[in-house]
Amino acid sequence: MKNGRSVEVRLPSELGFEKIAMSTAASMAALMGFSPDRIEDLKTAVAEACINAIEHGNQLNDSLSVAVVLSTTADELEIKVIDDGSGVGTAPAKPDIDRKIHGEEDSRGMGMFLIQALVDEAEWHKGPPGKSFVRLVIRLDREKH
Amino acid sequence: MQEVTKITNRTATAASGEKISILAFAGDISSTSKEAILAAYHNVNNSTPKILLDFTGIDYINSSGIAIIIQMLLEANKSASGTIGIFGLSPHFKKVFTMVGIQKYAKLYSDESEALKEE
Repeated sequence: MKNGRSVEVRLPSELGFEKIAMSTAASMAALMGFSPDRIEDLKTAVAEACINAIEHGNQLNDSLSVAVVLSTTADELEIKVIDDGSGVGTAPAKPDIDRKIHGEEDSRGMGMFLIQALVDEAEWHKGPPGKSFVRLVIRLDREKH
Repeated sequence: MQEVTKITNRTATAASGEKISILAFAGDISSTSKEAILAAYHNVNNSTPKILLDFTGIDYINSSGIAIIIQMLLEANKSASGTIGIFGLSPHFKKVFTMVGIQKYAKLYSDESEALKEE
């Protein structure tokens, strides 16, 4: 695959469609030569980013879609997941399993933590409608280690 | 658009001689799976205190699905007498479960024979 290729997928704001973005990201990463375990990491990160965009960003609104833009360079795959929400400004907190098991913390709310833990770079950008996004990056050089 | 989780229930005998219920999941585990999974758990929890969750047939589990498993562990922790073990996770999901700390409250086994030997 030549460098600088870009693919865009638009998802309806309905849960379940995150799997379309997940499969697309997996195919792109495989074409670039990422290992199967890193592709699994990427699939979970992309799925969680899309779920957040569908559920929280677009609030399951049928009239809105989530844009997923996948771009390659020689050694990295960048994925932007763009929604119409106001964006996320805070860094994800590590889930506290003890607090969750004792009902002191919502059993949900692990998506952003997983995204950050599974890719090489994750950043959240706040913006006007249609401009808020999360940007994920995985790098091929990590494959050598 | 989310896939329905298929759940089957069987009973096995552990090396200790104790009866154990095994809830086997197949397909996807996501937010829509909550009611079915918790109902299946409540059903077997009344018959055996030890329960194993079989993830061998799971292709996709997201953070909402993991939250359902945590909810189950919360209920088992409250009841004090019941324990939950997990087997059949792919290496990736074993890593994800460990990242969120599930192994503190449920033993993670590689397969059914190891789980039945250790439980």
